[in-house]
Amino acid sequence: MSELNLAQALNGALDTALSSDDRVVLIGEDIGRTGGVFRITDGLRDKHGTDRVFDTPVAESGIVGAAFGMAIAGMRPVVELQFLGFSYPAYDQVINHVARIRNRSNHRFTAPLVIRIPYGGGIGAAEHHSESTEAIYAHIPGIKVVVPSTPRDARGLLLAAIEDPDPVVFLEPIRLYRAIKEDIPEIYYLVDIGPVRVERSGNDVTLFSWGAMVKETRQAASVLEEDGISVEVIDIRTLTPLDRDGIVASVKKTGRAVVVHEAPLTGGFAGEIAATIQERCLYSLRAPVQRVTGYDTVFPLKRSEGHYLPSVDQITAAARRTLEE
Amino acid sequence: MLAHSHFRQWTRNELSSRKPGLGRGLEALIPPPPGTTRAVSSSQTQPDENPSMFGLVNPDGSVRDRLPITLEDMRGLYADMVEARTYDEKSMAMQRQGRLATYAPFRGQEAAQIGAAAALQDDDWVAGTYRDAALNWRAGYPWRLLVLGRTGDERGGEVPKGVNVLPPSITVGGHMIHAVGLAWAEKLQGNSRIALTSFGDGATSEGDFHEAMNFAAVYATPTVFLCQNNGYAISYPTSEQTKSKTIAAKADGYGMPGIRVDGNDVVGVFVAVSEAVNRARKGEGPSLIEAVTYRLGPHTTADDPTRYRDEAESRDWEDRDPLLRVRRLLEKAGGWTEEWQADLETSASQVIEEAVEWAESVPEPTFEQMVDRVFAERPQSLTQQLDEGRR
Repeated sequence: MSELNLAQALNGALDTALSSDDRVVLIGEDIGRTGGVFRITDGLRDKHGTDRVFDTPVAESGIVGAAFGMAIAGMRPVVELQFLGFSYPAYDQVINHVARIRNRSNHRFTAPLVIRIPYGGGIGAAEHHSESTEAIYAHIPGIKVVVPSTPRDARGLLLAAIEDPDPVVFLEPIRLYRAIKEDIPEIYYLVDIGPVRVERSGNDVTLFSWGAMVKETRQAASVLEEDGISVEVIDIRTLTPLDRDGIVASVKKTGRAVVVHEAPLTGGFAGEIAATIQERCLYSLRAPVQRVTGYDTVFPLKRSEGHYLPSVDQITAAARRTLEE
Repeated sequence: MLAHSHFRQWTRNELSSRKPGLGRGLEALIPPPPGTTRAVSSSQTQPDENPSMFGLVNPDGSVRDRLPITLEDMRGLYADMVEARTYDEKSMAMQRQGRLATYAPFRGQEAAQIGAAAALQDDDWVAGTYRDAALNWRAGYPWRLLVLGRTGDERGGEVPKGVNVLPPSITVGGHMIHAVGLAWAEKLQGNSRIALTSFGDGATSEGDFHEAMNFAAVYATPTVFLCQNNGYAISYPTSEQTKSKTIAAKADGYGMPGIRVDGNDVVGVFVAVSEAVNRARKGEGPSLIEAVTYRLGPHTTADDPTRYRDEAESRDWEDRDPLLRVRRLLEKAGGWTEEWQADLETSASQVIEEAVEWAESVPEPTFEQMVDRVFAERPQSLTQQLDEGRR
């Protein structure tokens, strides 16, 4: 066991994958010499060599398209794109090729690659560097969208993503990279892609979130508990394929649900979760499902981030609204 | 000189040093005396003023040089082109009968596709387009699966094991980089397989063309870029798509060789692609080949080319038909008879009919099959949708 933050856990997972599987290669902008903009691949090129860790030209579509070809030809490429806001040039490759080759070839060709993308706000970054557009990836059939929020999950989910026979978009919450430390095993272990993680059990209300917002959601739960409210916190951690049973089981128990995400409200993934709840357990609900999300605005620059990001207060207020019904 | 080319000249010395026996049966074809140019001009609407182009067989069936293949090889290439054209004609007819989804014919481009595929090894990778059925077939993709795919069935994309031809890419240009990744992986894994990607002149306007060419050159991947310049991106002439003198000339900017070849000369294409394939397999990196050709038919069965093409131009290209020129050559060499032609056509029709019968006898795909093509293992969320869909 060693105490690692989320960035270190990811670095360790990539190191482990490179050591244990010859088919694994890392490709991305600035990931070799500098270890990437967030240093997630720090030291890996020196350790594993220039034929395992590739710096690339600045060309997101080219990076993902080339990795796609490599995956078809038997390798296990792990791509790093620098920010979610820079991923859109590669979106055509993801939606038109990566997500479809299994379908297009009726399983004859497959693309087991991982696309790692730092995402989310709260660090006062430049425009395009803070987006939470996970819903536009979750809407694509044929890929899995995974979002770890703890160091332990980060290692296990990343190794599972690399082993997965299908393509995985792996979203890494920038704000949490170095925010929390956790004792995690150094052994090779997997965290299953799919099931939600029950972070805290409770009976009165369920708070759902993923990625960086798990932090505020956790804090909100502590505040509510001080008032004697029993709160269940669920980290969705795999957006697709979505663990609907896990969501429904919790709401059947608590009867109240709040979904928290950083992304804009309209078309956000909270809508999918709320719809699932009303379809599958309407008669267990004791109050309308609440959403606490970002606004339908462009993600703001540093001085307005406080206006935009969901706060602990907003989450506790939404939970209390469900309890007033 | 070949314009804008780093390719080695296709010299007489090289020809004569090829394997003994090459040219056997073609002795009757007398090439012009040494020293005369082999480059010919093109009258196609091109962005330049008739830049020179590599080729070995003229439209009238005369040769510009000794041919590096035997008479039997030549007859084989011709038979392949006849079979491909039969498929193309059958597909057009079936689409009009409502038996196929939209079809993109390749009539006129058989030499570019068959010549290129003939230069590949059986397990080389091919990443082509919706207009590349002849290329894909000659590289191992069975007719029956090509037909099945065009009837609107994903199972048509399931090529047999050992055939490394990707199902056709329908979006324009996104697949060129795939041949870079495929080739890159083979190189990293120490294999000798190379990857060929085929695309049209229209695709060279896509940003993805730039990224693919640049990545291939940067990582020296064993990739062959084959552009079938058929003069039009649907209706938009090549001369308006780019101010580059030729498409082959673009290779210079990426630090790779480019060659412009008469795309209606099956031997010329075979030689040019063979050079590029050999370079790739020897670890010398990627090449770009511009095969100048012409789509004799419409863009697809939904297109009317008379809206944007001069009929005189199309007629001129009918005389440069890639099958016609090989037939003329074979006639001169004593390798063609009417009986043989009739046999070829009968046999090709039978082969294509059998493929069609097979494809049309495949049972309708089930709901489960649709759901189960998405992932290796069906996730819980899709099982729930399957159950709900059955209700």
